[in-house]
Amino acid sequence: MDWTALTLSIRLGLLTVALLVPVAFLLARWLAFGRFRGRGFVEALVALPLILPPTVLGYYLLVAFGRASPLGQAFEVAVGHPLVFSFEGLLLASLLVNLPFAVQPMQNALAAIPPNLRDAARCCGLSPLAAIRRVELPLAIPGIATAAVLTFAHTLGEFGVVLMVGGSIPGETRTVAIAIYDRVQAFDDASAGLMALVLLTLSLLALGITNTLARRVAPRS
Amino acid sequence: MRRRAAIARLCLGGAAALLLLAATGVPAQSAPDSPGPPPAPLIAAAADLKFALDEVIEQFTLDSGQSVRVTYGSSGNFARQIVQGAPYELFLSADEQFVEALAARGLTRGRGEHYGVGRIVVFAPKGSPLRPDARLEHLARRLADGTAGRLAIASPEHAPYGRAAEQALRSLGLWEAARPRLVLGENVAQAAQFAASGNADGGIIAYSLALAPELRRRGSFALIPESLHEPLRQRMVLLAGASPEAERFYDYLRTPAARAILAGYGFTLPGD
Repeated sequence: MDWTALTLSIRLGLLTVALLVPVAFLLARWLAFGRFRGRGFVEALVALPLILPPTVLGYYLLVAFGRASPLGQAFEVAVGHPLVFSFEGLLLASLLVNLPFAVQPMQNALAAIPPNLRDAARCCGLSPLAAIRRVELPLAIPGIATAAVLTFAHTLGEFGVVLMVGGSIPGETRTVAIAIYDRVQAFDDASAGLMALVLLTLSLLALGITNTLARRVAPRS
Repeated sequence: MRRRAAIARLCLGGAAALLLLAATGVPAQSAPDSPGPPPAPLIAAAADLKFALDEVIEQFTLDSGQSVRVTYGSSGNFARQIVQGAPYELFLSADEQFVEALAARGLTRGRGEHYGVGRIVVFAPKGSPLRPDARLEHLARRLADGTAGRLAIASPEHAPYGRAAEQALRSLGLWEAARPRLVLGENVAQAAQFAASGNADGGIIAYSLALAPELRRRGSFALIPESLHEPLRQRMVLLAGASPEAERFYDYLRTPAARAILAGYGFTLPGD
């Protein structure tokens, strides 16, 4: 059992959720309520990581943030080490691959809010910020919870992108999914089996929690 | 509605707590300013060293109290990652050409040191219809009569052992016949895993892996003559950002104790 890899994965998952969910909420809100040209295109862009092979994304990340790219060089000058093969690089990749898992549940939850409720909020004199806080957020809770749990679980399981932009550096980029791959190659089936079981349990638990949570806070009409 | 607002507030608070926990609570493994033992140096090692180097590291840690972090993989991939800025401090390559190329780019400290020559074997798991023999005669017969199953080798494109396996098959005139039967591992340890797990009829893998107990109890092997492929000359080199701890481990690898372990895993040592 590779505890370093497991804590690394959990840290990566928590940070991804904490950073992604607020941004994704605003994006989801824009997609749910906005009426603008090119919405379909933006939605497709958000959904892209669902079907894009992780290696394609990994390849573009290497190109965009590698040492030869302006972005990669700027990061290296600012931080002192390259973005690829670092925890920060992994986090960035994780934020991108999880975009659909975070945006879509919240977008669906927001879109399900009856328009007259939002109109009423505006009529009652609530500022847009207050409307978000007192009407939209509470009603979107099931979607937000689903987004957070899916993002977390999916981060623990991400493999292809991590392998390409992270390598397998212990304590830095060797996540638990990569550690399983390494342990299998080392004929350490006991360790690989245990870690696989942990991931299986966490994934199942995550989905169980989302479903229960969604039911508990669903509108009782 | 009030209840929902409360839940929303709770969730926001939870998210903030998560962020705090992630940023501080779950300890990062190597806080740069933490007192105590120096950070474990980071090593990239060719996959053929998987078991041999683990043993060397165990001994090194016992002797010095210093731990070491190691990643095993294909030498070609490591060379590419090092060019792209991967933070390794010491690179043990199964093919010295990768080290030369990195040295030419100014990414290493000097040209490093040749530490051994690797060999390849044909390995067959228990219960496989394939019988390992040095000149692959049984494999040739099975390929000819169409009964051959899958043969695992490392990817010849970036794994030195894969290239050696291809050269040996070519030398014996078996390459074209064997090609449709090949399964390619990302590195030689994965090829060994394919071969030894019984998922392939066998494979052409590193001698150093075949000698490890994990593989020995899973099958049998025959050493392929060196004359059938170019020598797998292995070279290690300290990379530009190597720490004093990495230097210590590099020095340790040159001691008789470490060399004896490598010799035990079938490496031909320089100067022997």
